[in-house]
Amino acid sequence: MPVQYTSIMDEHQAVRNHVGLFDISHMGQFLVRGPEATPWLNYLLSNNVERLGVGESQYTFLLNENGGVIDDLIVYRYVENQFLLVVNAAKTNEDFAWMEARRWPNVLFENQSADYAGLAVQGPKSMKLFDLFFDGQHSRPARNEIKKISCVPNPLLISSTGYTGEDGFEIFFPAQDAPQLWRSILEKGASLGIKPCGLGARDTLRLEMCYPLNGSDLSPQHTPLEAGLSIFVDLQKSDFIGRAPLLQQRTEGVRRRLVPFKMKEKSPPPRPHYPIFKNGQQITEIASGTLSPTLNIGIGMAYVPAEFARINEEIEVDIRGRRFAATIEKKPLHRKAN
Amino acid sequence: MNVPDDLRYSETHEWLRLEGDTATIGITDHAQAELTDIVYVELPKIGATVAAKQPAAVVESVKAASDIYAPAAGTVTEVNSALEGNSGLVNTDPYGEGWLFRLRLSAPDEIKTLKTPDDYRAQIS
Repeated sequence: MPVQYTSIMDEHQAVRNHVGLFDISHMGQFLVRGPEATPWLNYLLSNNVERLGVGESQYTFLLNENGGVIDDLIVYRYVENQFLLVVNAAKTNEDFAWMEARRWPNVLFENQSADYAGLAVQGPKSMKLFDLFFDGQHSRPARNEIKKISCVPNPLLISSTGYTGEDGFEIFFPAQDAPQLWRSILEKGASLGIKPCGLGARDTLRLEMCYPLNGSDLSPQHTPLEAGLSIFVDLQKSDFIGRAPLLQQRTEGVRRRLVPFKMKEKSPPPRPHYPIFKNGQQITEIASGTLSPTLNIGIGMAYVPAEFARINEEIEVDIRGRRFAATIEKKPLHRKAN
Repeated sequence: MNVPDDLRYSETHEWLRLEGDTATIGITDHAQAELTDIVYVELPKIGATVAAKQPAAVVESVKAASDIYAPAAGTVTEVNSALEGNSGLVNTDPYGEGWLFRLRLSAPDEIKTLKTPDDYRAQIS
């Protein structure tokens, strides 16, 4: 995926107002199969896969022994004892090695990333595009549902998931079909104002929603509790890697929290690693930052000491030696007008 | 790419227009096309002295902040305040309304070391 095809601003607005197409083929896909698949995945992942019926998916974390995040991913229960895991591109090999080193004997675990390509269709007109593409022959998957839909030349796995905050779906299919499907979706979507969208727009869209990015907002040094994502951790289920340190952290209290902020005044775009000050002292640095195309102001997220992690708390962002005022806000930073 | 014939160019994609001993400086069409949407411009202070090939301004797109280098040495006499409300002028009119700042040159002969339009066209092709 390039940073942009035309311009980040245009691509971002296309997704918010019409529909955009992302090539997500770089993401990794793992297959997990066998009668022990459910308990094995429950041991390695933070969320509870027992909750998933056939065709359902959940967001979850691969944690290290300290409760830190190796990767964030989506796990789909494809059929009863068969799961598809979709992981971040940059972490595919590391995730696979970690899980393979901990594989139980009766679990089949395969890295199928090279076989799969992926596309994401995102925007308010996504479902119109879905109906145009399938001639109204199929119903959309329910939220977080994955279903297999027949197509030429090969069936498509389609899920109602996405990373932009807009309606839409993600499609996984054999890698060799990618160029044809890409072109076909762009053709069918032309009348809807479809645009191909790159990494730049992907980042501005997800940051407006305060969705975390692995490597910036998520890392082995931060737990999901610190990231405010405890709903994707099931501390009640049986033991899993990272459970003990998370239980301890929950008891002792989380000392820093990932919070969104918005600049109060026009400024250069806030960017990762810019220092953040409170009362003249540096308290942290930006984890993720950008100019929000929708809000037309700088936004970002940072891990802030718990005592300052309050809505409306005032902070300052240091940009090339000048301090600019910002406030801590509630998630998400962008809400659809009703 | 638009490369006007009445300007001189630096290797780092700035242009310079000389009128008397005042030089107007901006970034080229090639540079603005690579940066795409320019969302913020940081200009030097009036009265500041700048050295040739040293950073004098910053132009920011969504993805990156880029240093703009003074093509020649001098003192800043004027900056384009229109860019504060409309940084996109650098994209839409890089050689006209999107100019960045003006210098009174301290060594006008330095201009001769800058690239001719043909040399710059060769560089970017």
